[in-house]
Amino acid sequence: MQSIGKSPPKASWWSRRQLDIVPWIFLAPAIVVFAIYVIAPIFQSMSLSLYDWDGLGQPSYIGLDNYRELYDDADFYVALKNNVIWLFGFLLAVPIGLAIALFLNQNVFGIRAAKSMFFFPFVISQVVIGLVFSWFYDPTNGLLFHTLHFFGINDTVAVLSSEDWVTYGIVIAGLYPQIAYCMILYLTGLNNVRADLIEAARLEGAKGWTMLWRIVLPQLRPATFIALVVTVIGSLRSFDMISIMTSGGPYGSSRVLAYYMYEKALSEYGYRMGYGTAIATILFFVMLVYIVFILRRIYQQEKDM
Amino acid sequence: MFPKPIEKSSVLVQTSYRAAVPILLIIWLLPIIAVAMTSVRGAADLNSGNYWGLPTEWQILENYTAVFKNTPIVRYILNSFLVTIPTVIGALTLSCLAGFALVVYRFKLNLLVFFMFVGGNFVPFQILMVPVRNLSLSLGLYDTVTGLVLFHIAFQTGFCTFFMRNFVRDLPRELVEAARVEGASEFLIFWKVVLPLVRPALAALSVLIFTFIWNDYFWATVLIQGEHAMPVTGGLKSLNGQWVSQWQLVSAGSIVAAMPPVIVFFLMQKQFIAGLTMGATKG
Repeated sequence: MQSIGKSPPKASWWSRRQLDIVPWIFLAPAIVVFAIYVIAPIFQSMSLSLYDWDGLGQPSYIGLDNYRELYDDADFYVALKNNVIWLFGFLLAVPIGLAIALFLNQNVFGIRAAKSMFFFPFVISQVVIGLVFSWFYDPTNGLLFHTLHFFGINDTVAVLSSEDWVTYGIVIAGLYPQIAYCMILYLTGLNNVRADLIEAARLEGAKGWTMLWRIVLPQLRPATFIALVVTVIGSLRSFDMISIMTSGGPYGSSRVLAYYMYEKALSEYGYRMGYGTAIATILFFVMLVYIVFILRRIYQQEKDM
Repeated sequence: MFPKPIEKSSVLVQTSYRAAVPILLIIWLLPIIAVAMTSVRGAADLNSGNYWGLPTEWQILENYTAVFKNTPIVRYILNSFLVTIPTVIGALTLSCLAGFALVVYRFKLNLLVFFMFVGGNFVPFQILMVPVRNLSLSLGLYDTVTGLVLFHIAFQTGFCTFFMRNFVRDLPRELVEAARVEGASEFLIFWKVVLPLVRPALAALSVLIFTFIWNDYFWATVLIQGEHAMPVTGGLKSLNGQWVSQWQLVSAGSIVAAMPPVIVFFLMQKQFIAGLTMGATKG
C-alpha cells in the first residue's frame, strides 16, 4: 500500500495536520461501536470467567475454579466431542459443494435459474431449515421413516432422540445450507478459470481427474480457501440448529460448546455467568487459531500488493 | 471451461444431463418443497399421516389466515424489519467512512485497525454474549429493538469495513489525487468522488446484511424476551413450541418468515452473489 500524494504545503495548522487527523475522524464512529460491542466484551468475558456470578448479586472472585470444574465436567467433554464431529462433518460441505458446482458448470438452457435454485437453502433462515429437518426425522411420520420403510427397513431409529445419532442428524441439517454456500463460491471460481490453460492441458491429453486435480483445483485455490474458512467458522458457531431441533437433548447429548455455554450462562435453573464465560473463553481460543491463520494470509496478500 | 462443455458430448449424454438437472434440483429442494406443501394442507392430511404426499385438500387461505389472525406473526415480521433496516443503514454508513479512511490514508496503525475489524468479525458470539447482555441491561436497552440494532450495527461493521476497504482499494487512486490537487477537502473527496463509485459495494452489502440480520436467531434469543420486540426467527421458535402438532400452521408461518430475504435475493441476485463470493476469484 502506498499513500496518495500529500496536498501542497499551506500555512494554516489545519492544512498541515489535516492528513494526520482526518483519518481518525472517518474511523471514529466505527472504531467506537466496534470497541464497545466486540473488542471490550472479549476481555470482559475472559475476566468474568474468573468469577462466580449468578447475574444478579455481587460477582465473587474464584480464580481458576471455573476452569478446574470444567476439567472434570463430563458434559463439557461431550460438547467438545460434538464440536469435533461438527467440524469434520461440516467440512464435507466443501467437496460436495465443489461436486455440485462442477455438475452445474454448463451452458444449457435454464442453467442460471437452476444455479440460483440450488443456492436457495442458504437464503432461508436456519430456523426454518431446522424445523423441516426435525419433521424429516420424525419417527412416526417423517420422510426418513417412510423412505426406509419403502426399502423394507422397519427397525428405524428416532434420530433426534437417540444419543448416538442426534449430532449426526443435526450436522446433516446444518450441511444443507453450507453446501449451497460452498457451491456458489466454486461456481464463481469456475467462472474465472483460465480457458487457455484448460485448452492447453486438454491438447496434452489431460482430462477428468487429472485435469481437475492438476489444472483446475490450483486455480480454484482462493475459492477453496474461503470455503474452508467459512465452513470451519460456521461449524464452530453452530447454535441455531441445535437450539431449534433438540435444545441440546436428549440429556445434553447434542450440545456443542456454543450451546453448552448459552445453557450454563442463561439456564432456567439459575444463571452461571462465570462458568458460561469460561466455556466461551475456551471456544474463543480454539477460534483464535483460525483467526490468526486468516489474518496471516491476509497480511501476506497485503505485502504482495 | 471445465468440465468439458456438454454440447460437445453425444446427444444421449446431453439429453440425460438436461433431464438430470431438474430431477436433482427437486430432490435438493425437497425440504423446502415439503414446507411449502405442508403449509397448504388440511389438518385431516396430517392426522392420517399424509405428511409428504400431495395434499388431499388445499387449505391455502385457511392456514395463512389462521397464522395471521391467531399469532403475533405480523408483530414479529414488523420487528424483523425494524431491526434489519436500521442495521443495514447503520453498518453501511460506518463502514463506508472507515473503509475510505483505511485506503486513502497511510498512518501508523492502519493495518492494525484493519485487522481488528477483520479478526473481530470471526470471534464466536458466545464470548460476547454475557457482556453485551449486561451492557444492554445497564443501558436500559435489554429487550428492546434499539438494543438489538445497536449490537448488530457494531458487529456487522467489522465485516462491512473489510468489504468496503477491499472495494475502495481497487478504485483508481488518481481520482483522489486529482481532486486533492484541485483543492477539494477530504470530506468533499469522500462525498463527491468515492461515495458515488462504491455504489455497487453498497448494493452487495445491503442485500447480504439484510439476509444475515433477518435470519439472525442467536442474538434475538439473547437480547429479546418479549413478543413486542421479538424478530420472526425467535417468534417461529416459540410458535413451534405452542403448536407442536400443527405442522401446517408452523409451515405457513415459516413461509411467511422466509419471504422477505427470498424476495430480496431474487431481485438482487447478482449483487448478493458478488458480495458473498468476494475474494473467491483472486488472492
